[in-house]
This record gives sequence, structure tokens and C-alpha cells, in this order.
Amino acid sequence: MAPKQKARNPELIPGVGKVSRSKMYHKRGLWAIKAKNGGKFPVHAKQEAAAVVEEKQPKFYPADDVKKPLSNKRKPKPTKLRASVTPGTVLIILTGRFKGKRVVFLKQLTSGLLLITGPYKVNGVPLRRVNQAYVIGTSTKVDISGVDVSKFDDKYFGKQVEKKKKGETEFFEAEKQEKNTLPAEKKDDQKAVDAPLLKALESVPDLKAYLGARFSLKAGLKPHELVF
Amino acid sequence: MTFKRFAEIGRVALVNYGEDYGKLVVIVDIVDQNRALVDSPDMVRSQINFKRLSLTDIKIDIKRVPKKKALVAAMEAADVKGKWEKSSWGRKLIVQKRRASLNDFDRFKLMLAKIKKAGVVRQELAKLKKETAS
Repeated sequence: MAPKQKARNPELIPGVGKVSRSKMYHKRGLWAIKAKNGGKFPVHAKQEAAAVVEEKQPKFYPADDVKKPLSNKRKPKPTKLRASVTPGTVLIILTGRFKGKRVVFLKQLTSGLLLITGPYKVNGVPLRRVNQAYVIGTSTKVDISGVDVSKFDDKYFGKQVEKKKKGETEFFEAEKQEKNTLPAEKKDDQKAVDAPLLKALESVPDLKAYLGARFSLKAGLKPHELVF
Repeated sequence: MTFKRFAEIGRVALVNYGEDYGKLVVIVDIVDQNRALVDSPDMVRSQINFKRLSLTDIKIDIKRVPKKKALVAAMEAADVKGKWEKSSWGRKLIVQKRRASLNDFDRFKLMLAKIKKAGVVRQELAKLKKETAS
């Protein structure tokens, strides 16, 4: 960028400029402008003010003045991932029914939640969403280049809307049947994601056993001193 | 009962408090009753209180306040690093550092190895017990 241009009339003291009126006249080049215009300072024709459109009074308006809420144009971004959490990292889940489980991180969804999988065969954790706050990122990484996770998003994990059934007697029985089983499609998705992962796990010795075991604090371990 | 490690010029010591914690330094001059001038190949020569030093068995042959080059040469000649890493104190520190830097996966593998070793030991012990019993 060009350095700041020097002020034409620097202020020596508040209200007192360095250059006198006559010198300023010369500095601003008003003499040159006048010369160009033939002795007089150029005058522009007055612009006609834009015609004022008379607004019609509305027929109906609310009895009370209702306050309009301030506009909010904020667009939330997905949470910033910690440096230790990258696709393929082994994570330790800290809360919920899978607490202590070591799990593979696949990708971050648009809501900011992390998409993880056990793999299911190894530790019983299915394709699942997890919040970054309830997770420890270890420094162990698994190769997930062979895994395709593009089809999973937050909608996939949303609650399925149940069709309302008319007829009360059938209501309870039918509901029970529908809720218990996981649709075959989801089971296939799980298998599709896990297959290349399991192969990658086999290549590192003890990694499968590691993922199958739960993490716990033992005597002598100090979490603030542990390197994960 | 007599003292064996003296705070003298050329004595190698371990810093046990402060910014340079864990560094091996050489006492290069004595300032007064409490302080020494201390130097090491990877630090600026500075004064330090004796209370912050733990003297080691290693001593090198230098003149009072040698130039950095001379100090480094003397340390190489006496093989301070080698002697330190072979000494039991030095080895213990190395092991401590390694244990502290273990990753969660490393700790898991360590646990498996311990269990395996214990299993082997127990088998051998059982064999020996059988022999003495019979």
C-alpha cells in the first residue's frame, strides 16, 4: 500500500495550521481550476431534487405499536475441530452408554458433530454422532482412505417420522414391531463403512484389541500428565 | 562418611530447579559460597545457586572458565554424554522420560506385554514348583 499522503495543512496546535490562507489557496490549485474555467470558479447546475412519491396511508394498521425485533444475519459455522481430532483418529468417548470406548473418527458433519464408528464388530459402537466436547483425541491414527462417508449427514441420523395410525387397538402392537428392528439399509451401511476399516486395522498389530478395550483411569495415572 | 562429590571446576551437575530443569551442566567457576558459574554446550553461561544443582560423579578436566569451544572439546574427550547415559541415574531419567511420553496405544501395548511376561514367569515358576515337589 502507498504510504499515507502528507496532510496539506498539518495542525501545529489545535486550531492553528502550518500554512496561511493565501498559501493554502495556492496549494489547493484553485488558481489553476479558475484559469481552466476562464477566470471564475466552475459552478454546477443545481440538480433537481428527486420527486417525492407521496406514500398512501395504509387502510389498516395495528392498534398498538409493535416493536420490530432486530435483524440477525448470523450464519453459524460448524464447531472448530481441535488439532488432535482429524479424520482417522482414534477417539476416546467420555460420556453416554459408550463411555471409555475407543472409536474411529470418520468426518465432521455440518452440524458440527463428529461421525464415528466402532467399528461395530470390534467394540459394538455403530455409526454414530458424537460431540467433540465429550471426546479425547488420541494421537493414534487409522488409515480411512478406503472408506466412503459422503452419504452420511445429519438427516441420516434424525428421528424417523412415524405415520399416524387410526385405530387404537392396533396402535400399540404395530408400534412395538416397528421400533425394535433397525432397518436393513442401516445395517448394510454399517457393513460397507466397516469393511475397509477392518482391513486397515488388521495391518497394525494389537490395534483391534486396543479398539475393543475400554479406557479407564488406573492407580497412578494422572490425566493432566498423560500424553494421549 | 567423607564426601566424594565436590563442587569444583569441571564437576558435571544436573539442574534440579528452574528454567533449565533437567539439563546436564559443567561447573566452570565458583562465584562465592552459594553460587557457581555454570556452562553447557546448549546454553548461555550463567550463574546458578548450588541448591539448584545435583552433583554427579562425572568430572572433566578443564581450566577455570574455558572458552565454549574448549569446553565442548573437553566434554567430548571425557565422553560425558556416554558416561551419563550408562550410569544408573542417567538410565533412570531416560526411562522416566520415555514412560511420560507414552501414547494411549503404547500404554495398552505395554499392558499386554506385562501380562504376557507375567504369564511366562508364572509357567516357569509352576514348573519349578512341580520339580521340587516331586
